[in-house]
Amino acid sequence: MSKQQAVLMQGNEACALGAIRAGMTFYSGYPITPSSEIAEECSIHLPKHGGRFIQMEDEIAGMAAALGGALTGAKVMTATSGPGFSLKQELIGYGMIAEIPCVLVNIMRMGPSTGLPTSPAQGDVMQAKWGTHGDHPVICLCPTSVKEMYELTIEAFNLAERFRTVVMVLTDEVIAHMREGVLLKDDYPLVHRKRPVDPPGPDFLPYKADPETLVPPMADYGQGYRYHTTGLAHTENGFPSNSPRINEALIKRICEKVDKFAHELEMNEFVDTDDCEHLIIAYAATARAAKFTVRELREKGVKAGLMIPKMLWPFPKNALNELLSKNNLKSIFVPEMNMGQYVHAVREEVAGRCPVYHIDDVSGELFGPHTIGNKIMEVASK
Amino acid sequence: MTTLDYLRQDKLPHIWCAGCTNGAITSAVIRAIENSGIDRDKTVIVSGIGCSSRAPGYMDFDTLHTAHGRALAFATGVKMANPELNVIIISGDGDAAAIGGNHLIHACRRNIDMTLIVINNCIYGMTAGQYSPLTPTGAFATTATYGNVDRAFDLVELSKGSGATYVARSTAYHAPQLQRYVEAGIKNKGFSVVEAISTCPTYFGRRNAMADPVKMMEWLKDNSENKRDGAAEYTKPYVLGEFVNKTEAEYTAAYDREILAKVMLKHARHPGDQGQEERGAE
Repeated sequence: MSKQQAVLMQGNEACALGAIRAGMTFYSGYPITPSSEIAEECSIHLPKHGGRFIQMEDEIAGMAAALGGALTGAKVMTATSGPGFSLKQELIGYGMIAEIPCVLVNIMRMGPSTGLPTSPAQGDVMQAKWGTHGDHPVICLCPTSVKEMYELTIEAFNLAERFRTVVMVLTDEVIAHMREGVLLKDDYPLVHRKRPVDPPGPDFLPYKADPETLVPPMADYGQGYRYHTTGLAHTENGFPSNSPRINEALIKRICEKVDKFAHELEMNEFVDTDDCEHLIIAYAATARAAKFTVRELREKGVKAGLMIPKMLWPFPKNALNELLSKNNLKSIFVPEMNMGQYVHAVREEVAGRCPVYHIDDVSGELFGPHTIGNKIMEVASK
Repeated sequence: MTTLDYLRQDKLPHIWCAGCTNGAITSAVIRAIENSGIDRDKTVIVSGIGCSSRAPGYMDFDTLHTAHGRALAFATGVKMANPELNVIIISGDGDAAAIGGNHLIHACRRNIDMTLIVINNCIYGMTAGQYSPLTPTGAFATTATYGNVDRAFDLVELSKGSGATYVARSTAYHAPQLQRYVEAGIKNKGFSVVEAISTCPTYFGRRNAMADPVKMMEWLKDNSENKRDGAAEYTKPYVLGEFVNKTEAEYTAAYDREILAKVMLKHARHPGDQGQEERGAE
């Protein structure tokens, strides 16, 4: 029986409430514009549900404490923005090699450096994928609305628990600070990490992966398993190893555990793509502007369409290839509030099958629909 | 039980050099854990990166070998997410006082119930002998070949000033005394710092005319003296003893008492009066 009710929420607030709905019991973070409301809301609401909040001494500590909390069995989250995202990079890699479920929210603002703290941008898309050193899996969700801030945060927890890794929620200041009426569902399916079936004993191997999922079940600290966690390359028993064979198997497995299922993870929204000749690929707040662009271009008789990836990484190959094979695409446009980031991934996948144009905006102001439309008209009318 | 019963014997021998006193200190920590009577399966040993930070790998507990400098920040998350766990951190002088210095002063300030043992060998051993914030002025290191001009932290004063509620210093030479201090630190309901001065004949000793491990042990003995009541001045560089042992509000207990208990209770009584934002979380 549905009892849906619209709730007015801010994007950051929706993120915090979505996290609590997902079962988060521990949040650690450091204040940074434009993500601070996430910490504030967590400090207010977590204790109501028996969870704990801590404001750490710096961004690195915010990430470290979240990972430490996750090892006790808690579902954890931390949130930040560009400068903090840069600071957290080393420990993002720690979470990935030690396979610790953790949700990391990054509300993108203008950079580099302190940049324009209160202005939106989309400059961290490649940092999300390549920011930490070494090879690693990346799962990165990207909400375009307040409702999606709520729902994709829940999804991020589910994916973090399923894959035992750091899952990112990446969006921009516009989505984070916008207020919208949100119609929530009664029920959101939740995923909980797989724990070892066998009781503690000398044969326990904390990193022995399930052959099908490639994910090892995870024991909570304090349950008697007495296992070792390290950021060093390690064997199935969790202890460091210098063996080239073991190191290669570890890195390949942590990448493969996500790659293997990437096709089923894709999350895209399509607008007028059935017959489109000019495809826009846009994410976060830019996607909202692009919706207007498509409507306006259609009124002018230009067959424009829009693909909105809600999961930026892994890259939505299947959806893009399907559009490329089914449609007679004449051009692809990637408007981004940066000097060109996601467009590189698009070009790599398109591989010359159709021209790919980048439309940049680094003014710190939200993309106008006409900025995108004018560029498309310019190309379309050639 | 013997010390060996607390070690992962299949992980031995350890990686430490001959003459290193990390083993003596690890063994003092293990005996202190046993004497303190804490539940072994509810105890997490955390470390950062460095020679001393390899100790937890040999200890048969839940163990967490984190990133360089971040042991206390990870440990704070462990303790805060589950305050029932006993958390003991083993860190080095570079790990705790340089790259992790910020986490050190804030763990002291919070007075969160954890025990930090800083194994101070006065040098970066794992990277082959660069000076640390605890290298004595004038000593030699691979990055101080003309003699160290940096001034060293006094870890006891730093911890004291930052608010730790148990602070002590001993050395590997004085292992039984060190063991008593670690045990007292574990029993303290708050943040405890125990500085354990150690020896690194390979990278500190060799450059400072103490390549012989016995000479380094003699250096520990000759350069330290016990704290005395009423003593105004000391002649030796390292003063050993308990410097702080007091009771103050512990962080996780304060959070649970002042926030968790009150907010949960209020929320259970009046779940509806929290405003519309609450609906999303129900």
